[in-house]
Amino acid sequence: MSSGMKRALTLVALAAVPLAVLGVFFVLPVSGMIGEGFWVDGTFDPGAVLEVLGRPRVHRVIWFTVWSSVLGTTFAVLLGLPAAHLLYRREFLGRRVLRALLLVPFVLPTVVVGVAFRELIGESGPLGFLGLDGSAAAIIAGLVFFNVAVVIRAVGASWESLDPRPAEAAAALGAGPAHVFRTVTLPALRPAIVSAASVVFLFCATAFGVVLTLGGLRYSSLETEIYLLTTNLLDLQAAAALSIVQLLAITALLVVTGRLRAVPDPSLARSTARHRRPSRGDWPGLLAAGVVVVLVGTPLAALVVGSLRADDTWSIANYRALSGEGSHQALLVPVTDALVTSLRTAVDATWMSLSLGLLVAIVVTRRSRSRSERRVRGLLDGLFMLPLGVSAVTLGFGFLITLDQPPLDVRDSLLLVPIAQALVALPLVVRTLVPVLGGVDDRQRQAAASLGAGPVRAFMTVDLPAMWKPLLAAAGFAFAVSLGEFGATSFLARDDHPTMPIVIFRLIGHPGAMNYGMALAASVVLAATTAVVMLLVERLRVPSVGSF
Amino acid sequence: MLSLHDVSVAYDAVPAVVDATLTLADGDVLAVLGPSGSGKSTLLRAVAGLEPTTAGRICWDGADLAGVPTHKRGFALMFQDGQLFAHLTVAGNVGYALRLRRTPKARERVRELLALVGLEGYGDRLPGTLSGGERQRVALARSLAVSPRLLLLDEPLSALDAGLRERLAADLRDILRAAGTTALMVTHDHDEAFAVADLLAVMRSGRIVQQGDIAEVWRAPVDAETALFLGYARVLDGAAAGTLLAAAGLAAAPAVAVRRSALAVAEGGPLGGVVVSGRATPEQIRLVVDVDGIGEVDAVARLGTHPAPGERVALAVDPSRLAATPAGRERSGG
Repeated sequence: MSSGMKRALTLVALAAVPLAVLGVFFVLPVSGMIGEGFWVDGTFDPGAVLEVLGRPRVHRVIWFTVWSSVLGTTFAVLLGLPAAHLLYRREFLGRRVLRALLLVPFVLPTVVVGVAFRELIGESGPLGFLGLDGSAAAIIAGLVFFNVAVVIRAVGASWESLDPRPAEAAAALGAGPAHVFRTVTLPALRPAIVSAASVVFLFCATAFGVVLTLGGLRYSSLETEIYLLTTNLLDLQAAAALSIVQLLAITALLVVTGRLRAVPDPSLARSTARHRRPSRGDWPGLLAAGVVVVLVGTPLAALVVGSLRADDTWSIANYRALSGEGSHQALLVPVTDALVTSLRTAVDATWMSLSLGLLVAIVVTRRSRSRSERRVRGLLDGLFMLPLGVSAVTLGFGFLITLDQPPLDVRDSLLLVPIAQALVALPLVVRTLVPVLGGVDDRQRQAAASLGAGPVRAFMTVDLPAMWKPLLAAAGFAFAVSLGEFGATSFLARDDHPTMPIVIFRLIGHPGAMNYGMALAASVVLAATTAVVMLLVERLRVPSVGSF
Repeated sequence: MLSLHDVSVAYDAVPAVVDATLTLADGDVLAVLGPSGSGKSTLLRAVAGLEPTTAGRICWDGADLAGVPTHKRGFALMFQDGQLFAHLTVAGNVGYALRLRRTPKARERVRELLALVGLEGYGDRLPGTLSGGERQRVALARSLAVSPRLLLLDEPLSALDAGLRERLAADLRDILRAAGTTALMVTHDHDEAFAVADLLAVMRSGRIVQQGDIAEVWRAPVDAETALFLGYARVLDGAAAGTLLAAAGLAAAPAVAVRRSALAVAEGGPLGGVVVSGRATPEQIRLVVDVDGIGEVDAVARLGTHPAPGERVALAVDPSRLAATPAGRERSGG
């Protein structure tokens, strides 16, 4: 056998498992969902999709999705840029802690954030007098809450390693600070900013938990509308039609993002400069960081305070109640059981996404010998990013309608939820591992091989030492994402085996002060668990965590 | 013994190495010399088993190596920048292949190797704390650890600065001799090749254009371009070549390659010319002289003499610094 053939076979063998998983649990559900929209009673009928798209409510939903995402993205970038400068170019006490804390919102369960915002701005909340409850402003604030961390991290990482000398050269030529920023720094950061902004837009447009908990009945995005159509109105065809719209829009967005990512400025020199302490000129950064801290801190503070209030006094009654099922038959199982389910599910989802992600990362980062091989690897890379673009709700919906008949009748399997969550986390795992593996000089592996190390031994010598920390970080990241996953899980979780976000959502949907108090307490517990995991991840100091 | 028979390598149908044929006997050190992009590194990687060949055979002691993966060829490869494993200590790096083979007394052997490359006591250091030259020495020790049947050196000294390169080249030669290692080195630097190797193969545009004993190749470059690449300053042809060869007392040839120091200002020399320009270097004065019947050529003068532009001088010719070549057009080299 020629060595070229052997390479091709190795590539196929490594890619086979992730491809099969992606095929069964991603392509099949999504295509099933598309089929549901276009085929009515077994006959091809695209008219139905067009009919759905003609509904005035659908127009409102699409319009709301677009403008809320645009505003959410704009505010996240405007706040994130100066904050990134402060957190990644200035040295001050507590900088690392602050950075870590600002990463937490991104992985906080969406339902928890929804509950926290409601506690803050609801009628009886500290900011209730503003009348923001159920308003679009609240939703956008929620979107910014989540995504400002994405901007800070992505742009900050790029900014931190930016060579300061071109800016110094510009200053020496007589450019003022503002001019230097506009003519030198900003162009150098543009790829990172554009990339971060498009990812944030993607996240805003597919935000589910926040819009569902804060939007009430007045505002619905594509994502929540799909959910409502499926679960409340049982109008599967309309849901499918909307999913198709979303799929197309997001695929287009992903293609654009991919293009933007594919052309990083090669002339950009990287270095780690010594950072100064903040000075008076850093007021935009200080101001933005302050706003971000307030934006992130107040809802969480309101949440914690609210969870400690019961019957107008301080008490831990809400936490005690977590061992029960709430009032008015809100739940079938105690919240503590749900926590156990959540943790178990997260463990399963983590090993699944980690092993898949590792295989994918190895496949896409190996040096290609020919143009066709390079093309195959590029294609695989794009393929495994697809779950990032397909919303969790679409995925859950697709699972629901395709995996219910033999030979794939797995709807009652307890592994279904972790599989869906693993797919949601997969792109994040891959994006964490790929830069690390790609950064390993291939000649290191060749050096090991020339000293007599076989492929496995070479992997252990060269790749593993570079990988174990990112692997651990990716595991933590996947674990946190799985803990908070709500979109797909809301379709798939069984009533007798709910996860924490499902329980919280059910509690706030049921009347009764006790249920609401329990929702607050459960949110605090879930948020604290996630935050601890994320802070541990941050301690590993892996730069590619949370970059996209 | 390594032998290559009509080996070709191509990247996406673009040929990088074309019909390379050469042999390397045990204990010999061969330098493959060529400008960047000549395909010399690709040739080395093909021998290492890192690039698939599109045609031809690479054999060791007559056995075809096709299908033998890199890690089973027993050829150690040393990179331009060492490629030490950053997380392992110096001793860990040097002993890497020994541990793979579970060699007994590995620790002692590592000490020997470090002594061989002049780095006693460096065993516990991490590669990040070493200088460039030290890193290359460690990389060399690592490559030599299991006495590879063939050592492949990819521009081993190019990443170092000039003074260090010269010293390390001499050391490298001594170390390879002492270990009796068969080695194939690629380089773009003819001084480096001359300092380390006994045999030379010159590569250009993917083809081996000349090979043989290094002094032999040096004395008789196969064509003008090879001569210029080997460090000859100019190649003269036609009447100019005839005049110069006659002045040197050599047989006539269609072209002659001239080293910068082939002509020297000397009272009563057979050639005469007018100085065009002069430049002092620490060892001698370098001149460009318009020689009667030849045209502009390089020449040297002893320090302390001051031939000014426009001055007429007599020149002597050193025949050992000329090389008759089959054909060639006049060209000046860098």
